[in-house]
Amino acid sequence: MRPFDFVRPNSVAEALAAWEPGAAYLGGGTNLVDLMKTGALRPGRVIDITRLPDLSAIEVAADGSARIGALVRNADLARAAEILRAYPMVAEALLSGASGQLRNAATLGGNLVQHTRCAYFMDAHAACNRRDPGAGCDARGGAADNMAILGHSPACIATNPSDLCVPLVALDASVEIAGPDGGREMPLAAFHMLPGDTPSEATALRPGELIVALHMPPGAADFAHHARYLKVRERTSYAFALVSAAAAFRMEGARIGAARLTLGSVAAKPWRIEEAEDLLAGQMPDDALFARAADAATAGAAPSNDNAWKIELARRTAIRALKMAASGTPDRMPALPASPFGALEAPAHV
Amino acid sequence: MSDTIARPDRFGSNAGQPMTRRDGLAKVTGTATFAADNAREGLLHAVYVPATIARGRVASLRTDAAEAHPGVIRVITPANRPALPGDPEAKPTRFSFAIEVLQDDLVRYAGQPVALVVAETIEAATEGARLVTATYEADPPRTDLDDAPDFGIDTPDFGAPGDVVHGDPEAGHAAASTAIDATYEIAPQYHNAMETHAIVAEWDGDRLLLDTPSQALSMSCAAYAYLFDIPVENVTLRSPYLGGGFGSKAIPNGPLVLAIIAARDLARPVKLMLTRQQMFGPVGHRGQTRQRIRLGADGDGALTVIDHENLAATSSFEMFLEPASNASQGLYAAKALRSRHRGVRLDIGTPGPMRAPGEASGSAVLECAVDEIAEAAGMDPLDFRLKNYAETEPGTGRPYSSKALRECYARGAEAFGWKDRPREPGKMRDEAGLLVGWGMGTAFFPSPMFAAEARATLRADGTAIVETSAADMGQGAWTSLAQIAADSLGLPLDSVEFRSGHSALPDGGVAGGSGHTATAGGALHAAGGNVIRQLGEMAAEQPDSPLFGAGNARLRAHGGRLHVEGDETRSDALVDILARAGKSELVASGKASRPDEDAKRHAMNSHGAVFAEIRVDPDLGQMRVTRLVGAFAAGRIINPRLAESQLKGGMIWGISFALHEEARHDRRTGRIVNADLAEYRVPVNADVRGLEVITVHEDDAYVNALGIKGVGEIGITGTVGAIGNAIHHATGKRFRRFPIRPRDLLAT
Ligand SMILES: Cc1cc2nc3c(=O)[nH]c(=O)nc-3n(C[C@H](O)[C@H](O)[C@H](O)COP(=O)(O)OP(=O)(O)OC[C@H]3O[C@@H](n4cnc5c(N)ncnc54)[C@H](O)[C@@H]3O)c2cc1C
Ligand code: SF4
Repeated sequence: MRPFDFVRPNSVAEALAAWEPGAAYLGGGTNLVDLMKTGALRPGRVIDITRLPDLSAIEVAADGSARIGALVRNADLARAAEILRAYPMVAEALLSGASGQLRNAATLGGNLVQHTRCAYFMDAHAACNRRDPGAGCDARGGAADNMAILGHSPACIATNPSDLCVPLVALDASVEIAGPDGGREMPLAAFHMLPGDTPSEATALRPGELIVALHMPPGAADFAHHARYLKVRERTSYAFALVSAAAAFRMEGARIGAARLTLGSVAAKPWRIEEAEDLLAGQMPDDALFARAADAATAGAAPSNDNAWKIELARRTAIRALKMAASGTPDRMPALPASPFGALEAPAHV
Repeated sequence: MSDTIARPDRFGSNAGQPMTRRDGLAKVTGTATFAADNAREGLLHAVYVPATIARGRVASLRTDAAEAHPGVIRVITPANRPALPGDPEAKPTRFSFAIEVLQDDLVRYAGQPVALVVAETIEAATEGARLVTATYEADPPRTDLDDAPDFGIDTPDFGAPGDVVHGDPEAGHAAASTAIDATYEIAPQYHNAMETHAIVAEWDGDRLLLDTPSQALSMSCAAYAYLFDIPVENVTLRSPYLGGGFGSKAIPNGPLVLAIIAARDLARPVKLMLTRQQMFGPVGHRGQTRQRIRLGADGDGALTVIDHENLAATSSFEMFLEPASNASQGLYAAKALRSRHRGVRLDIGTPGPMRAPGEASGSAVLECAVDEIAEAAGMDPLDFRLKNYAETEPGTGRPYSSKALRECYARGAEAFGWKDRPREPGKMRDEAGLLVGWGMGTAFFPSPMFAAEARATLRADGTAIVETSAADMGQGAWTSLAQIAADSLGLPLDSVEFRSGHSALPDGGVAGGSGHTATAGGALHAAGGNVIRQLGEMAAEQPDSPLFGAGNARLRAHGGRLHVEGDETRSDALVDILARAGKSELVASGKASRPDEDAKRHAMNSHGAVFAEIRVDPDLGQMRVTRLVGAFAAGRIINPRLAESQLKGGMIWGISFALHEEARHDRRTGRIVNADLAEYRVPVNADVRGLEVITVHEDDAYVNALGIKGVGEIGITGTVGAIGNAIHHATGKRFRRFPIRPRDLLAT
């Protein structure tokens, strides 16, 4: 790989000061280092942020809100009792992703910013607008087969691969950012960008900005009793989603008080479907209702490659996730989180 | 058979025991040295530049930036490559393939080396390789079976399977009252051993020292000697441990040879280790196949014909057709058998032997087809197989050297609970409402034997050294071969030092074809037997020995003593015989191979029956194998623990074949787009549940002196079909392309 400067700042201020154009912040490195090896990313300076103080805490308040530091490791977040209690589908999504080893290394901030798994993005010899604006998009008409069905553009058809972000968007999480021009906070739903004509802008981060924390709003925990993440994949564990869905209800008696539905791996961002949520709110849960909500979820979907099959899969995944949420969050994390095979399994490796 | 000793008629005290791996501790503590662990004084690192097109020529190569990069010592291209005395397209051994070592500017497949960068550090070499810029004149690549015309085989040879016909296939088709005609397709697969190919090469004058993982040390040495025109004794190859081979580490490949060229040119040791991405190209794979199979059965369900046509991919410049349709010979008692092969030349690296080459892919199709015709005939798939059970080899009528397949069926079916299976598909559901399906397949693998040599040295202190260059790919040869050797000397295992994995040792043959334990084990057995025979002769002439005058009486060694058979009171310690003779040690060698007449007289195969249970979520296209029971009869089992582990490993590869493995090409560039282990999927722990192996006892008096058949590859056969059939039984749908993916279920 290309030689690069390696710096290890001791404070957020030092980290921001160390940034220069072409630099990259290093979290767990599980994504960045891989891409540096393939040559897809070639930072001239790598800024190791893993030693920054005060970014590793999980604080859940009584009102159901929370602040989670950007350096909390995925494994620690998933196993934190407060998270399991307040936002069980966040833990379920995390545990359905990657492998135990990767989750031990990966950070929250890195998970939010992780790059698409589009094979042509990762292959430095392929044409990719996201990596190299204006170069073209080799994924279109190529052998990339897990591409977007929603929100794609002629310039880019890639998906966001994060499991974690799907329930986070469903729960209205927001991102706390530090930057050369001061701090700001923005909804996670607005953080990942649809490609349009500028796929290289994958997130709303401005040059040099650093994620310092994630916020859960008050009320996010109200969904805890009916919240599921479902992930359809090509092997039982250790695979990215073909399609995933986070579904949650705040029940009012037998009726749905409020609903949340977000699809994953269908677009360049977690695909929140407010239309479906509105349609569900105030209703008695039943299969026909869920089918209508799922239809709303995939209404605007269109294949971007040879992937029309994903549209029907997304619809079915949404229906199933809604059903699972309706039957309630299980008492214990299923041994196979987010899997249709999860319920009956004795605890085992995931 | 071996050249000396009579066949023992019972197990020794070591063979048959579930000894734990002798190399286990070294491996789990990281002290086992794999090839790339060898650091040398002055070591240089080499990284090659892979072609990014699949067909055409390199129009220009710019190397100045790479050469200017700090640490880079040399950039080797076709323009400046030092001469290689041997022809890289020649076949110095029977199993050799043409290799790409920068001999010209042609690009034959994506990932082919087009330049080699040698540097002081791996980082500098890696960046140097990235800085080499190639431009190409590209032609449209051919990467699918439909992209090029097919051809037939004129002269059958290794990699060029010949057609086989027994009986009258057309009459068989005409006589059938039930028939199926199905075409299956199998995606290309890549070996992907955990340890990628690696070499540390060092020259000392015209002597060459290589640390490189090898399944076939002497054959590899012969090939290197040919390529560099040096006497074969000048090549020392060390390969004590392999992180898996699966058939891809038997013969030299281009990247390894390039490292040796660089080492000679620069007069310094050079190390080269392939990246995971580079494992998809120059080091072999299982070529894509499309197989048409036609079966006919009469009104009683007896097969009238098995007619199996194979279309297999090979490279544009070499010949290796996955011999898939051969798997239809030798198993079911059909009145007529025909297997045919055709090839297609594509712009891909040359395929090669991989995890039951031919048998795995042919069995996958045959076993699904048998399920299809059993269903069409209204018969239970197991009953159908029993109805067509072959008592002698179909076609040839030769007797089997042994065949306990009927017992495999019975024991497997019993353990699995097969009798409770509803005939009709789609009838079983689990507690969660998921579809459940049960399927089965017959496992079948030939029991070959190659040639090997070994040496045994008994020492005055009662310990022994036994030696053969045999390779342990992880299968457990370090342990099971030592067990055989210890028995042959009548010593406890702990008294025997086993040396292996070094080319200076007697030729241990090839670790491949599931014939290694039989072959290298046979040679060790012969060597030990020769030591014992000499000791017997010595003792018979030692007046102080209890065996004095024992003459022709049969002697048997165990517990460190030589006994007169049938008279346990008459025995002598091995060390005492040696001491009386005034010797500090006694050395003997031994050989093993199978005489041609034996090979001709009997059909020799391992057999088994695999039963699979799958759960299917049809809405989401999710599938999970929840139980897999395999019962195998594979001759004498030297080490049940290791044999079981081999069989389980094979069955897991069967899951992988059925549901996961597939390399995908970009049709425009010819590059493989999923060349990493995140996207080229193999099963993970969560995909492997309820795995059970049963070994059925089998005595075989003909297969070789020890009665060993081999367990390395048979596990994958039968399993793929069993899983495909289980999916059919769960869903009522037949999927005729492997791997079977979620989207395939959704499409129906
Ligand atoms: C084999 C494999 C399988 C995987 N499977 C899954 C899966 O099934 N589901 C899933 O969701 N994920 C999966 N992942 C992805 C994994 O979740 C991400 O790699 C991981 O979350 C990234 O976190 P990290 O800390 O290692 O990020 P890094 O690799 O350190 O960084 C990733 C990116 O984020 C930037 N970055 C890091 N921290 C910050 C910050 N605080 N502020 C601003 N920018 C920052 C970096 O500059 C870089 O661009 C898999 C990864 C691998 C390698
Ligand atoms: S889909 Fe997007 S990420 Fe993939 S190659 Fe096209 S532009 Fe690049």
